[in-house]
Parts: sequence; structure tokens; C-alpha cells
Amino acid sequence: MESQSTKQSLIRNLDWTTIILYATMIIAGVISIYAASYDYDNASMFSFDEFSGKQIRWIGLSFILGLVILLIDSRLYETYAYPIYIGMILLLIITIFIAPNIKGSHSWIVLGPMSLQPAEFAKFATALALAKLFNAYNFTIKGNNQNFFKAITIIFIPIVLILAQNETGSALVYLSLFFVLYREGMSGLILFAALLAIVIFVVAIKFSETIILGIPSGEFYIYILLIAIMNLMLAFYCKKYNIARQITICITISAIIIYILTLFNLKINGTIYFISAIAISILYCLFELFKYKSNKILITIATIILSISFLFSVNYVFDNVLEPHQQQRIKVALGIEEDLRGAGYNVNQSKIAIGSGGFAGKGFLNGTQTKLKYVPEQHTDFIFCTIGEEEGFIGTSIVTMLFLALILRIIKIAERQPTTFGRVYSYCVACYLIFHFCINIGMVIGLCPVIGIPLPFFSYGGSSLWGFTILLFILLRIDASRRYHLSH
Amino acid sequence: MRKDYNLEKRKYVICGFIIAIAVIYIIRLYSLQIDNDKYKEYADSNAFLKKTIYPSRGLIYDRNGELIVYNQPAYDIMIIPRDVQDFDTIDFCRTLEIQPNELKKRFRDMKNRSINPGYSSYTPQRLISHLSVEDYGKLQEKLYRYPGFFIQKRILREYNHHAAANVLGNIREVNSTDIKNNDYYQPGDYCGDLGVEKSYEKYLRGKKGIEILIRDARGRIQGRYENGAKDIAPISGKDLKLSIDIELQKYAESLMSNKIGAVVAIEPSTGEILAFVSSPTYDPSLLVGRNRGKNYKELTKNKYKPLFDRALMGAYPPGSTFKPGQGLILLQENIISLGSSYPCYNGYISGGLRVGCHGHSSPIALKPALETSCNAYFCWGFKAMIDKKSKYGSSAKAFEVWKNHLVSMGFGYPLGIDLNSEGRGFIPNAKWYNSVYGENRWSANTIISVSIGQGEILATPLQIANLCATIANGGWFITPHIVKEISDTIMPEDLLKKRGTTIDSNHYNAVAEGMRMAVTGGTCKRANLKDIEVCGKTGTAQNPRGRDHSAFMGFAPYKNPKIAVCVYVENAGFGATYGVPIGSLIIEKYLTDSISNERKSMELQMLKSNTIINSGVTKH
Repeated sequence: MESQSTKQSLIRNLDWTTIILYATMIIAGVISIYAASYDYDNASMFSFDEFSGKQIRWIGLSFILGLVILLIDSRLYETYAYPIYIGMILLLIITIFIAPNIKGSHSWIVLGPMSLQPAEFAKFATALALAKLFNAYNFTIKGNNQNFFKAITIIFIPIVLILAQNETGSALVYLSLFFVLYREGMSGLILFAALLAIVIFVVAIKFSETIILGIPSGEFYIYILLIAIMNLMLAFYCKKYNIARQITICITISAIIIYILTLFNLKINGTIYFISAIAISILYCLFELFKYKSNKILITIATIILSISFLFSVNYVFDNVLEPHQQQRIKVALGIEEDLRGAGYNVNQSKIAIGSGGFAGKGFLNGTQTKLKYVPEQHTDFIFCTIGEEEGFIGTSIVTMLFLALILRIIKIAERQPTTFGRVYSYCVACYLIFHFCINIGMVIGLCPVIGIPLPFFSYGGSSLWGFTILLFILLRIDASRRYHLSH
Repeated sequence: MRKDYNLEKRKYVICGFIIAIAVIYIIRLYSLQIDNDKYKEYADSNAFLKKTIYPSRGLIYDRNGELIVYNQPAYDIMIIPRDVQDFDTIDFCRTLEIQPNELKKRFRDMKNRSINPGYSSYTPQRLISHLSVEDYGKLQEKLYRYPGFFIQKRILREYNHHAAANVLGNIREVNSTDIKNNDYYQPGDYCGDLGVEKSYEKYLRGKKGIEILIRDARGRIQGRYENGAKDIAPISGKDLKLSIDIELQKYAESLMSNKIGAVVAIEPSTGEILAFVSSPTYDPSLLVGRNRGKNYKELTKNKYKPLFDRALMGAYPPGSTFKPGQGLILLQENIISLGSSYPCYNGYISGGLRVGCHGHSSPIALKPALETSCNAYFCWGFKAMIDKKSKYGSSAKAFEVWKNHLVSMGFGYPLGIDLNSEGRGFIPNAKWYNSVYGENRWSANTIISVSIGQGEILATPLQIANLCATIANGGWFITPHIVKEISDTIMPEDLLKKRGTTIDSNHYNAVAEGMRMAVTGGTCKRANLKDIEVCGKTGTAQNPRGRDHSAFMGFAPYKNPKIAVCVYVENAGFGATYGVPIGSLIIEKYLTDSISNERKSMELQMLKSNTIINSGVTKH
């Protein structure tokens, strides 16, 4: 009787929105895989010789998997979080040694007719372990370096092991868990610093060819950006010290002086001007720092100084340390140079396929670029091209919206969890999805460098599908029992 | 249970981040998919290989249905520059037996937009044209080693009869001007050059078709797009049936060998040209295939200018062949009558001027004057007309009347033959003389030599032949033309219409009779055939470059004429020496299909003789 009622409440408490989104995406995925692998000697969508047929088999198995997960008591995931994590870490280590070499990567374990990628399954194990860590009584990473270090360790062990398997893309996915740490109290400055570093790197290299004020325009933009950041930080972050105005006045006056000097044909080197303007501002800030002894002013000063040193080191490393072919790869990735035969070929063909789809697409199975295999890896990492070509802007924007909806839904679920365990776990799921979504689609439409990771639920492949199914169904199971927790 | 509401706000940062990314991606997708058409073009050029299918060019037959020009396959090496990868150039050159430098040059020329304005790295470009079947076979085996290369089958011309090059013309690759002027042509297409190949290009070429093939990422052809539903089938060119009798043409060419000049033979009742010879001529098959360029250059350098169609464009003084026309004008203007006569004492002597003549009775009437080709008669007649102020008011006005009669007979302007670049000869008008001598400062004697087809008067052999045809018809002609029929097409009406002259038809009979007398007892005696009544008129035209030109015009049979012919041999002396024998042999050959035994020696003499050595063209 009791089990009957538990089952009923389980069904009632499941988040059906997520399940519908999941099912929609999986079905759309298998149709896309069929379209992507369809060619002129086409077979049935359900033929097991076809990728789509095989994917249907994976889907069937993942439904069973999902069902099993739902039937397991949610408390078990919490209880066995560490053993599961340790087990997966061991599996990752074993994989390095027993996996056959497939295009340089040692990440696949061959089990009879199928191959699995442990890196995909380590995702949920890492999420569970992280959730378990945060769930400890009075655990916080805010201002506690030891706890922060523990969390970082849980994240970086799989990263290192997967890098050792030569699966850079899959390893980078785990970096997305820093969003979870941020949600749980990690200083936003770390995310901010990471973002700033990326911006400085990209801008400095991308705009290194043109010159403004005698310096590369990239450098020029970064100085402007840093001055703006300094002012904004002083104005809002260090609001109560009221020093932003003076700094702004300093810089404005020096800008006017420079402008007047250029009128008299005096050539001013941009570096000298910006560095001196920033240096004067920093000196002024230091003066204020001694007056107020404020951490916030210190952080502001550190941000600017570190950014400038980072800018110089980026330029130095790029010009003097990297080999020409490495420089070229970065330039191609940033879209400075076109390399339609080599690294740029995939992205170019992928843009052609998507761009040729137009508003409504060429129609199901009518995509020429897809059928004629112009886009590489089109049933796996580049599956989005098939959607773009055959279903057009309608298809691509719907898929984008589906992902957005799923991610927002998971964040909503996360925030309604009564336990830290549930919330941290849910955020982990959301962050994995965010990373895959951003990088995969970004790469296909030429906005991100090519990092080979699949589009969840769409790309062909059992490991990825199972990995995300497990992540999602454990989430659903934990969410379904939240009332149980509340009643206790 | 602990909830940090400060931290919970951070969900907005995360949500904001992902929403921002989604918005950026949708904007990017919008710009890729909707805002930009270039990707669609790239996709099409990726996937579709648009192969031109060349229609077979129309065949050319002679008037008796004998096939003269047909097609043979040729192979061009095409490349799609974008798809070409590094390849073994040494092996490639060895296979085709070309020099690596030449290959380099061809690549350079192909990419040079001033030579090849339609160059695009996405579309097929012609690298080497006219492969032989053997080279094609050798290359075909190795083609898989050269991605981006393919072979396009084309057609070239093949000639059953190595004659009539000036009539047939040839085909050449289109140049940048052709492409600029005509949308139909693409680089590498062929078009007609000279002859009917040029003037009937629109009919002969047909219409190109397009086959759309589907090509995968490795360049392999996967089949036809929509099973060929979007293909455009080529339409074959139309066949031409020429009015030329190829056997007669060849015979006339052989008679003209080693001579400079022209022969034009017309069927008077239809205006159909039976033979159209310009000598020296060349073998039309020289201008086919890979060696075309080289041979063409040699022909243009040849000092005897074989590419210059003398029958069509040559401007010659017609000499005495002009006299029948002259007689017609004088009769029409009532200056003379059939009974009236002029004196001739070995020439025309008037006002200190003397135009020589040869011995014959005097005074003389029109018909005997034609028979003996009396210069004095036509000078007197001309003077009587031009200086007849009582009738015309002034010499200039009289001359205009005279000129207009000639124009109505087809002189002075192109006749409108269906070949391009027809010459017009030259008939001066009064204004022209006014500008030379001054108004009212000239009279008949000033310009007396035009009365015997000398002086400023120039005519094309075609115009002389047409005059002859007009006389044969008794006063009308049909624009001479080369093409008799176009398959499935109605001939342009202009080529079939009767054209009258300003001379009454009864006058023509008298002139024809005079021409008959010239054959039976006058200057054209060598043209007198046993069974056929031939009419004719010789011409011996003085010219500033060497010996006189030898000319003849004649038609036969006298009643119910079937052929009118003009022969013009440069620097060959009297009209009777070369013009008459050649003209009469052509007439005899055409009408009886053979040469009678007693004339065989004359035939042999004509075939063997060489007058080119007398020409004004000096050897270097």
C-alpha cells in the first residue's frame, strides 16, 4: 500500500515540463541524425545499420535507465555520492590505459558491440560529489580557502584525467562547474577576472593589425575598457569612498591635453599616454587606500594592474613564444585569418550549410550540404548544421529556445530544492548543459573556437545520451522527493 | 536548513548570462540564415556542378545533298580552380606531352581576367582544349589523381571536301569581345568565323543545354539533381544546304590554282551561287583543332592573303565586262539606238584625248561593239550622254542619272549576300568628281575611262557575276546567296525576292545578243561550245600593279540560262587568255558534267598555268 502511494506521489511530483522538453529534444535529435546520415542510397530511419536506428536503440535503453533511476530512493544518491565519484575516478584512470587509440584519444571503453566514454558518466558522479561536499553541515566556501580548495579538487581530478585521455573538449566541460561555485558563494571576482582575461586575450590578438595612436588598436580598446572598468568599479563597487569622480576628472583632463598636443603635430605614443594616465589614477587610489584601508580599493587597483600585466604577457607570449603555426591556429580560431582548407574548413562548411537554409529551410531530407557530406561530423558534433540547413531559421531558433527553456527550468528546479545537495546537484546539471550548448552551437555558427563536444540529446552517440539522461533523471528523482524532505 | 538570500540573487546572473548567449546566437543565426544570401550561393556551388551540354552544330551540305562539313568529338580539359589541389605537374605534362612552362602559362592566362573575363574559382574553366582521342584516353585513366579536373566533350568540324574554305568559314573559340557583346557566349564556347559559319552562326550553333549534377564533398558525382528535372536539354543546330555545287566549286578552284583572283557562278533564275572561289585558297581543315592558332597565323602572314575573300570583298576595275551595262544605260537613256553607230579608227579621239582600240570595221553599232569590245563606241556613247546638257542640264546631273542606273544593277553598294563583310566596289558620284576637279570643271572626257570600266570604277566579282545574271534573266535578279535551305526554317524573304533594275527589259535582249555574238565571232570565241549557246564578254583591265587583269563574264544557255559566271584573274593579261577559257570550262562542266575531248588541252593548260608569278606581289 505504502509503495503504491509512493509511486503515485512520485508520478505526481515528477517535473513533467523537464521530461517533455527532454523527450522533444531526443525525438528531434533522432530525426536530425536520420537526416544527417541520409544520402542517396537511403535506408529506413529505423534500420539498425543507420545511425538513426542505432540511436533509437540507445534511446530505448536510456528510457529503461531513466526508469531505474526514478525507482531508486533519492537518498541513496546522497549516501553513495563519494563511492560513486571514487569509482568513476578509478574508471577514468583505467580507461587511460585500456582504451584503444581512436584518433589520438584514449577515452573509449569497448564492451562487446558498444563503446562507452567514461568521461560522460563522470559528469554525474562529479556533480553528486560536489553536491555532497556542499551539503555538509555549515559548509561554506565563502572566505574559507580550505573548503574552496576541496571543491576545486573535486572538479579538477576528472579534468586532469580526461585531459590525459586526450579529450580536451570533454575536460573543459567541467570548468563550467565554477558557475556552481559562484552560486554557492565563490567570489564573483574570479568569474569576472576569467571573463576579463578572455576579453583581453581575444581583443589583443584579434585587433593587432590596425594601429590607433601609434599602438595596435586591440591594445587601444583594452586601455579604454580598463579605464572604464576602473571608473565603474570605483563608482559602484567602492561607492562609499566617492573617488570615482576625481579619477574621471584626471583622465578627462589628460585626454584634453593629449588632444591639444596632437593639434600641434606632436605624436604621442598611446602606451605612454594610457600607462601614465592609469598610473596617476592608481597613485591617487593608493593614497585613498591608505586613508580608508579598504579591500575594495585594493581589489580595484589589483584588477587594473593585473590586467595590464596580462595584456603585456599575452602580446609577448603570442609574438615571441608561440610558433608561427600555433599563432596561425589561434588567428584562424578568432576569425582573423581564413583557412578554408585546414582548420577553417569545418566551420566554413558548417556556416554555408546553416546559412543556405534560409528562413524555412530546404525541407526534411532535402539538405544538399548535409547529404553530400560537406559538413564533417555532421551526425555528431555538427548535427546543428543539419537542422539549420533543412529546417532553417525556424528550426535553429526553436532548438536554441528549447535549450534555453530546459536550462532555465533546471535553474528553477535548483532554486526550489530544500537541500543544499539538491540545489548544488541541479546547478551542476544546468552548468554542464550551458557549457555544451554555448560551445557546440557557438562553434557551429562560427562564434567559438572548434572544441569537439556534442550537442546534448541531438548528437549521435550513446555515451553522451546516457550521461545526460542519468544527470537529468537523478535530478528529477531528487526533485520529486523534495516534499518528503520538507515534511521531515 | 539555511538559505542565503544574498547568494540566491546570483541565479539572476547565471540566468542573465545564458539568456544573453541565446539572444546572441539567435541574432547570429538571423544574420547567417536570413540576412545573407551568399551562403546559399556557396552551397549551390558546393553541391551542384552545372555542366554545359553542347549541342551538335548544324551540318553543311551542298546543293545536291552532298555532306561537306560534319562534326567530330574533341575533348577539353576543364578545371574548377577552387577544387584543384597540388598535383604532379610533371606527370601531367608528360601525359599530354606539353612543356611545364606552357602549363604554367595556361594557368596564368586562365586566371587573367583581361584574357578570360568570366574567370571564377567556383565555376568550370577551360585549361587545355582540343585533346586528341589518344590523349583523352591516356588522361582519363589518371584523372582520379587530379581532383578538380574533368574532361568536357566538345565538337570540332571535319571536312569531307577540302574546298570552299572562304564560303564555309570555320569555328573558333570566342574572345572577350564576343562574350561582352553577346550573353549567349561563355569563355571556351565556339563561334563561327568567316563564311556561312559566321553569317549563319545563330542557326548552326543551336542552343546549349545544362546538366545539373550533384557533387559530394570529395568531388564525386552522386547523380543528377532531381533526376534531371531541372536540366535543360540542348537543341541541335540547324543543318544548312548550300546552293554551292561542291564538285563545280572544286573544279573552279583547281582551274584557279596558281592564280590570284575569283570565280563566281550564279544560277540566274534563283540567285543561288553555284561556285564562289577566291584564289589562292586554303584547306578549311587547317583551321580546326589545336593547330588552328598556328595555322591561322601563317595564313594571315601569307603574302597572297588567302584569308581575303576576293570574290566577296575584292574591288577590281571591271574593264570591258562593264560594257554591257554601259550599253543598257545608253539604250535606256535613248542616247543610242540599236541602229545608230559610232566611228572607231583604232580608238576614241576627242579633244586631244585618245583611248586606244583594236582593228575592226567602222562605224560600228551596239551589238558588234559588244562583239568586238570596241572602246570607242562606249566612249562616244558616254560622252554623248554626259555632255548632253540639253537633256540633263549639266554633266554632273547626267552623271548622277548614269550612276543611279548602275546602282540599280547592283553596283556601288553591297548586294546583300548572306555572308558577312561583303565589299561594295566603288562607283563615284558627281559630288565626288566635284571635289576632285571642282564644280563644273569636268565633263565626259575628264572621266572618259569609266565608260569602259576603268578609272575610278571598281566592282566585286560578285557584282560582275550579278550583272551577268541580270542580263541572262532579261532585267531582274535575285540577291545572290550561298544558302539554299535551312532545315526546318523558312529562308529569309530578302534572299528570294526578285529585284528589278531601272532598265527596261527589252534592252537586255539586245545586249545578250551582243554577248552571244562575242562568243560566236568576237573576243570570246574560245568559249564557243558545240552544243551549248554561250554568251559572254571579256574584260582586260589595266591596273597600276603589273600586267592587266584578265576577266570574263558569261552565261549559258543563251535561251533559258542556267548559269552565269564571272572569272577574274589578276595580272593574267587579255580576258580571252584566261578569263574566257576558265569561264567556259566552268559553264561546260556545270551544264554537261564533263569536258569535251577537243577542249581537254585547254583544260589542261588552265590547270597547269601559273599567273601568280606575274602578280604585283613580289617574293621576298
